[in-house]
Amino acid sequence: MLRIKSLAMLLIGLGTLGSPFQSFASAPDKHVAITQIVEHPALDAVRKGVKDVLSESGWDAEKNLKWEYQSAQGNPATAAQIAKKFAGSNPDVIVAIATPSAQAMVASARNSNIIFSAVTDPVDAKLVKAWDQPSPKVTGVSDLTPIDKHMALVKEIVPAAKTIGIIYNPGEANAVSLVKLVNEHAPQLGMTVIEAASPKSADVQTAMRSLVGKVDAVYLPTDNTVISALEGVIKVAEQAKIPVIAGDTDSVKRGAIAALGFDYYQVGRQTGGMVVDVLNGKTPGELPVQGIENTELFVNLGAAEKMGITLDEVLIKRAQEVVE
Amino acid sequence: MINSFAFFGALETGFIFALVALGIFISFRILDFPDLTVDGSFPLGAAVAATLIIAEVSPIIATLCACFAGAGAGIVTALLNVKLKILHLLASILTMIALYSINLRIMGGPNKALLGVETLLTPLDSLSIPYYILYPLAFGILAFILLLLLVLFLKTELGLAMRATGSNPRMAKANGVNTQAMIVLGMAVSNALVALAGALFAQSQGSADVTMGVGVIVIGLASVIGGEAIFSTKNIFLWALACVIGSLLYRLVIAFALNGELLGLKAQDLNLITAVLVTLAIVAPNIKSAFKKANTA
Repeated sequence: MLRIKSLAMLLIGLGTLGSPFQSFASAPDKHVAITQIVEHPALDAVRKGVKDVLSESGWDAEKNLKWEYQSAQGNPATAAQIAKKFAGSNPDVIVAIATPSAQAMVASARNSNIIFSAVTDPVDAKLVKAWDQPSPKVTGVSDLTPIDKHMALVKEIVPAAKTIGIIYNPGEANAVSLVKLVNEHAPQLGMTVIEAASPKSADVQTAMRSLVGKVDAVYLPTDNTVISALEGVIKVAEQAKIPVIAGDTDSVKRGAIAALGFDYYQVGRQTGGMVVDVLNGKTPGELPVQGIENTELFVNLGAAEKMGITLDEVLIKRAQEVVE
Repeated sequence: MINSFAFFGALETGFIFALVALGIFISFRILDFPDLTVDGSFPLGAAVAATLIIAEVSPIIATLCACFAGAGAGIVTALLNVKLKILHLLASILTMIALYSINLRIMGGPNKALLGVETLLTPLDSLSIPYYILYPLAFGILAFILLLLLVLFLKTELGLAMRATGSNPRMAKANGVNTQAMIVLGMAVSNALVALAGALFAQSQGSADVTMGVGVIVIGLASVIGGEAIFSTKNIFLWALACVIGSLLYRLVIAFALNGELLGLKAQDLNLITAVLVTLAIVAPNIKSAFKKANTA
């Protein structure tokens, strides 16, 4: 029994040790608490983006802002406890990066302003009812690939395109949801979609060949199976003069004509903008959920030539990176 | 000091994970069966409960189904071991990795959200006590009821046979105990408790996620060993109670660690601290007995 007593003393001792530090610090004007489910380059970039926008807007973590950061280390139980801690300290804004952290936060911190980020489908995750209907206390930024913009790019590069081919692995959940979006957006631009399934990397070239003669352009969603066999697609495309537009910028360096990519630092900057809005007095309920806004255009002039396309000067000027 | 939200939150998570600790107490301590299935049966319970609740099954039935699913997972591990003669550790790893795929299938994706959906906890929201106090209270009562039931069971003839199976299987067999059946039963109960914890956790946290099983075994084991470090007893009630207390302490330590200013300790150091604590708790008895020997010599 003695041991229980000494343990309790230890815990109380540890607790009081923590408190003087807080009381010495001069009270900052605002308090932003940020959490992410795990350390990961993409998620870390989001956090950096948020912090940079805050300091550019005059909220400096060294001076007038209390900036609190916790990572759940990939552990959902820790994420739950971080959510409870934030709920109790009641910051002006809570930023929750990635779906599990955002869900834990919404479940626990019922009276705080929550801005989520890097959540692919906030409606499916039940964080908000709809993109244009944020909850009174919850809104944020989604990192869903902006397929509408990708389709517009295809149409811009190949204005005459009536049919568009897509190659994807039906076993990859992410790719399946992207294909669903392509099927929604392409018809709006007057293009019909022809799908070519490729369950393995070895089948990708065959899938591409099956599209020859049927399509005016090919769009490759960010599908690991397909991207890993990209060279096979490019080879067939160059022989058959079919322009290939990709969903990720790396593929442009490997021979696709163009891609609109995004980086997570920009997602973070967008999130930071929403945080600043709330610090300045808006409520999350007034701010609709945002999709990716800042994209980077990559174009490959050599690839365009080989696939029988001349790229518009305006497009080339707009590109952040031009591969010769 | 930590704020009251964080304190009650630690109790809430602590009581939920106390069920994991009790499950691990059965497998590791009663049956002497190092069982890693729990890393899969915890999210299994969450997945089954969340999927059924979304399909508008009553939350109570959904949670019970989660327990049965967990029991099933435990039975599979036990059968792999006793019937197919696969080493217990390996058998449990096989079930664990299989459950990852199965959980994805059950949920039809990596995440199933329960925010704003009626769960076991929804009726509590209509009471006048704030939710952050009421939830831990409810989970605490449940944990103690299950603790009492478990202790009562371990005192029955069947329970004694199970304990004999763990402590001396040859002796138990010689006394007419069906040791294989005991292992299957014990593993079923153990994983049913863990799956129940997963189901409750999903409902309190607002989602089931396929990754939520990561490290459950280590947390549970740390709770069991931490509790034992406080009550070193062979009294079965106090021993099981120690597991619950160990789980609460573990969560309180995390809550303190999240208060960043504390001794420069951060939540990100927790995995290391857990590993050090578990190691210390395991070697402490050996050091103690070595000291005793040195003194008597």
